[in-house]
Amino acid sequence: MIQVRELSKLYGKKQVVENVTVDIQRGQITSFIGPNGAGKSTLLSMVSRLLDADTGEVLIDSTNTKKMKSNELSKRVSILKQSNFMNVRLTIRELVSFGRFPYSKGRLNDEDEKMVDQAIAYMDLAEMEHAYLDELSGGQRQRAFIAMVIAQDTDYVLLDEPLNNLDMKHSVQIMKILRRLVDELGKTVIIVLHDINFASVYSDRIVALKNGRVVKDGPTEEIIQSAALKEIYDMDIPIQQMNNCRICVYFNS
Amino acid sequence: MKKRYLIPALFILSVISLFVGVSSISPLDLLDFQSEETQIFLISRLPRLVAILLAGAGMSMAGLIMQQLSRNKFVSPTTAGTLDATRLGILVSMLMFANASMIEKMAVAFVFALAGTFLFMQILNRIKFKDAIFIPLVGLMFGNILSSITTFFAYRADVIQNMSAWLQGDFSMVMKGSYELLYISVPVFIIAYLYANRFTVAGMGEDFSKNLGLKYRSIVNIGLTLVALITATVVLTVGVIPFLGLIIPNIVSIFKGDHLQKTLPHTAMLGAIFLLLCDILGRVLIYPYEISISLMVGVIGSFIFLFLLFRRKAYA
Repeated sequence: MIQVRELSKLYGKKQVVENVTVDIQRGQITSFIGPNGAGKSTLLSMVSRLLDADTGEVLIDSTNTKKMKSNELSKRVSILKQSNFMNVRLTIRELVSFGRFPYSKGRLNDEDEKMVDQAIAYMDLAEMEHAYLDELSGGQRQRAFIAMVIAQDTDYVLLDEPLNNLDMKHSVQIMKILRRLVDELGKTVIIVLHDINFASVYSDRIVALKNGRVVKDGPTEEIIQSAALKEIYDMDIPIQQMNNCRICVYFNS
Repeated sequence: MKKRYLIPALFILSVISLFVGVSSISPLDLLDFQSEETQIFLISRLPRLVAILLAGAGMSMAGLIMQQLSRNKFVSPTTAGTLDATRLGILVSMLMFANASMIEKMAVAFVFALAGTFLFMQILNRIKFKDAIFIPLVGLMFGNILSSITTFFAYRADVIQNMSAWLQGDFSMVMKGSYELLYISVPVFIIAYLYANRFTVAGMGEDFSKNLGLKYRSIVNIGLTLVALITATVVLTVGVIPFLGLIIPNIVSIFKGDHLQKTLPHTAMLGAIFLLLCDILGRVLIYPYEISISLMVGVIGSFIFLFLLFRRKAYA
């Protein structure tokens, strides 16, 4: 379990994240949703140690992350940010191999190679493993990065808007992969999402932020309610039940 | 771009380099240890070859590390002010210590190269508009500012001519006793190779490095220190060699990608080959005179650089 305790972050005079306390359960997909500037990405960055919090603490399985060595932490928690560093020419296999860095420091042993093979196979990238990242489509590239995280073999996988710049087909593909990571491999996934319908259909729990504060936190079916959404987004959003999915029809509200 | 082509090419060019020159030396002459030819060979030809190999490999590697750490294919000691900062450092050492020893000059030049490179990286961090062409332009401007400061003080102190020795790279002055400082780059090569994987990860960005448990800042600092060391030794011993650190890593990257552990040896070898080739051409074209290496590299290099710029869209 990840326990976030009274986390705050100030940018200049603006309180981006204010006194956030949230528990994230193991073996689930938890989505962070909310309007632009709500502090979702900042919160995720602080949970994943990319950013230092001004006050508050993050406990991972009861250990304060500040007390953990960064190498140890990188075997427990991985984070993927929006990837825009595509001017680096690496092949898929080279990238995925870097997922083993916390274990091998770059000198892969047989077990590392096996993990890399498995991760690539799991993401269905085996036939193109020697292709360079800058030759791939957005969806393939995102899958390559997820394969790297699988090779990194952390219990907790954090993703910051992984569907950015992806078309519908690839977005669905990525969300299904994340669902499988949780259901088949027992990972815990925390994800910042913009589209509430993806959050509704794929996540177990939703944490809604607004102006740096948690306004809603609960199981998906409790949050995907017109009243709750009104509070989060200031919009009247009708909910339609379709094939066991709760769909928010926000396009004309 | 395979090792089995690069190694023979390097070997053949090295042999040619040893036996091209104003006084003709044949391999047979070397059998007589006392002969004048053997002396020339040991005092001039061999040091020259070693200097070319080390400088070529070193400058290309410095460029590769800079490009990886700045995440920009057009950043190199030439386009980031490192070379200009080094020259400013040499001037300062000349003005402050009248009879500075090589080591003292080296130390001051190194400090300036390091400071200049860090300053450029700081500027880079503040620029929001990270366009591939814009950043090296900023670096060139930064370098020119440093260069004009150097010229100003050199003019006031009446050492302009002295300084221009370091403006133009030149291997004809390399002799036994004047180039040994370049051996500093040998341990630098080894450290760079040991850090190759970390540099690759750092090239993917700070967040990416932290995710893998790496200390991004200290890796960047180590990388820039290596770059400054190489640049300072090369400029002090043979002078400024432009473009090498820019074009060689780019050519290797096109064929071999950016996995530094795999590309560092190729980059070092291709750099040495390219510099050897330029040097041999410079010695042969207007025989028995010599075209300075920085002119040769500058002319050939700028054409290759233009070519890389135009084909940029195709791969970068």
